Amino acid sequence: MSLDKATVRKIGFLARLEIPEEDLEGLAHELNGILGWVEQLQQVNTEGVAPLASVSETRLYWRDDVVTDGAMPEKVLANAPDGLDGYFLVPKVVE
Amino acid sequence: MSSYIIEGETGPWEVVIGLEVHAQVISAAKLFSGASATFGGDPNTHVAFLDCGMPGMLPVINAECVRQAVKTGLGLNAQINRRSVFDRKNYFYADLPLGYQISQFAHPIVGEGTVILDMKDGTSREVGIERLHLEIDAGKSLHDQHPSKSFIDLNRAGVALMEIVSKPDMRSPEEAGAYLKKLRAILRYLETCDGNMEEGSMRADVNVSVRHPGEPLRTRCEIKNVNSVRFVMQAIEYEAARHVEVYEQGGIIEQETRLFDSAKGTTRPMRSKEFAHDYRYFPDPDLLPLEFTQEFVDEIKAGLPELPDAKKARFIGDYGLTPYDAGVLVAEKETAAYFEAAAEGHDAKAVANWVMGDLFAALNRTGKSIAESPVAPENIGRLVDLIKDGTISGRIAKDVFEIMVETGGEPGRIVEEKGLKQVTDTGAIEKVVDEVIAANPDKAAEVKAGKEKLLGWFVGQAMKASQGKANPGILNEMIRKKLLG
Repeated sequence: MSLDKATVRKIGFLARLEIPEEDLEGLAHELNGILGWVEQLQQVNTEGVAPLASVSETRLYWRDDVVTDGAMPEKVLANAPDGLDGYFLVPKVVE
Repeated sequence: MSSYIIEGETGPWEVVIGLEVHAQVISAAKLFSGASATFGGDPNTHVAFLDCGMPGMLPVINAECVRQAVKTGLGLNAQINRRSVFDRKNYFYADLPLGYQISQFAHPIVGEGTVILDMKDGTSREVGIERLHLEIDAGKSLHDQHPSKSFIDLNRAGVALMEIVSKPDMRSPEEAGAYLKKLRAILRYLETCDGNMEEGSMRADVNVSVRHPGEPLRTRCEIKNVNSVRFVMQAIEYEAARHVEVYEQGGIIEQETRLFDSAKGTTRPMRSKEFAHDYRYFPDPDLLPLEFTQEFVDEIKAGLPELPDAKKARFIGDYGLTPYDAGVLVAEKETAAYFEAAAEGHDAKAVANWVMGDLFAALNRTGKSIAESPVAPENIGRLVDLIKDGTISGRIAKDVFEIMVETGGEPGRIVEEKGLKQVTDTGAIEKVVDEVIAANPDKAAEVKAGKEKLLGWFVGQAMKASQGKANPGILNEMIRKKLLG
């Protein structure tokens, strides 16, 4: 599998990353390197082996249905570049 | 079930509909954080660091939300998957601070099930459920507060949703409406979602395509976020007609996401195609698979309430109601409870008629829900008894009922206080009849000469003279005897 520049541009767009045109080639090369390693892993015969969700023997921890968090709007908004009346403000997005 | 067919120039067209319903889970806290899941609140006050996408925060699943999803699955007669997996659905939007929605893709918590629709004509129809999965809701964007900014409130971000996906089994707007209503009733009976479409705790995405009967499925369009039963039906009608028109003009329908414009009753494509989603689902590495035992499921099953279908069958069997009446009475849990309280120990069919007729009309008129009914259910039962044992006539009962609506009074007492008891004393009735005949000798002569139609007029006059209290049977018979011998 090999990524071309157009695919890298699309991946960047999906992550809302602005990638300068001259960097596309190099990024494609790096990503292709990663995909190469994954292809190598896929050569291992895993027939009859169940997918592994975690290497630890733990199980998913469940919480009780109790409100233990929130009520701290000033902390939640502390890093926001812009805010008003307790809201985050972002450039207008209308669909 | 009458079919919904669009007659086109190239022959009849059938509509194929599937619904994806997002139902907000009733829980105190969110699906993966300890912040409040309560609707409303000042902006960003129900937000934990996890919900606003702060780094280093880990999701921990809320046990109640798991129980609610299993309970709903059981209520939909669906397969419960004791192992399911959470995935990340990646997309970029300002009200989704994580950059992904935690959802379930390949392995949902609930599999195939069934919903039975009660149609208006008393018939039933089955709609298949494809799956139900758990996921988090996004935040809320306000676009109309500022000329160049959108306002973001994350109170809703992270609240648990059940996405309930139907099979494409519906063939008319009416069926889609009946499906939504039935699904809402089941969720409300189960108390897993409040079903409040206005507040957005239940929203529907509608998939519509058309085809000539017998053809394979054609391309569908998805209409997003329709928020009332009526709008869902309107959107389908419009969208199906649009497909037929495009096909008959030789065009093709492209699979796309559309928006419903409730003011115009039309649909339009979402703005730009370059935003076509590519969600790149993958298993959420922060969450292990969700697993539980059969005992966990059985315990929830043992605690299930009686659901609408079972209640309907019982109302038909125990109370002798028609399927239609039973269907109407079980549609809302509160109505069913009211009816049962009213029918207890009384003539159930008569009680059903009063509830569905005069009571519904009075509630409609006063804008009240059945839970706020001014008439206590026991008093409907008592009113029915008063008619049955001859204390009052059906005609007077209507007046008594109106007083009950106004004052909340007990019918026996109203009858007593207002002196509305039916007169069965033949002497008293005879006196009234004699007076009416004596006052109208011409008409009496006409009846005797054969104009029997006028008998009804005499009955009416005599009833009026008795202030509606004369026993109608006795009155009728007496007038016949007096005038016709």
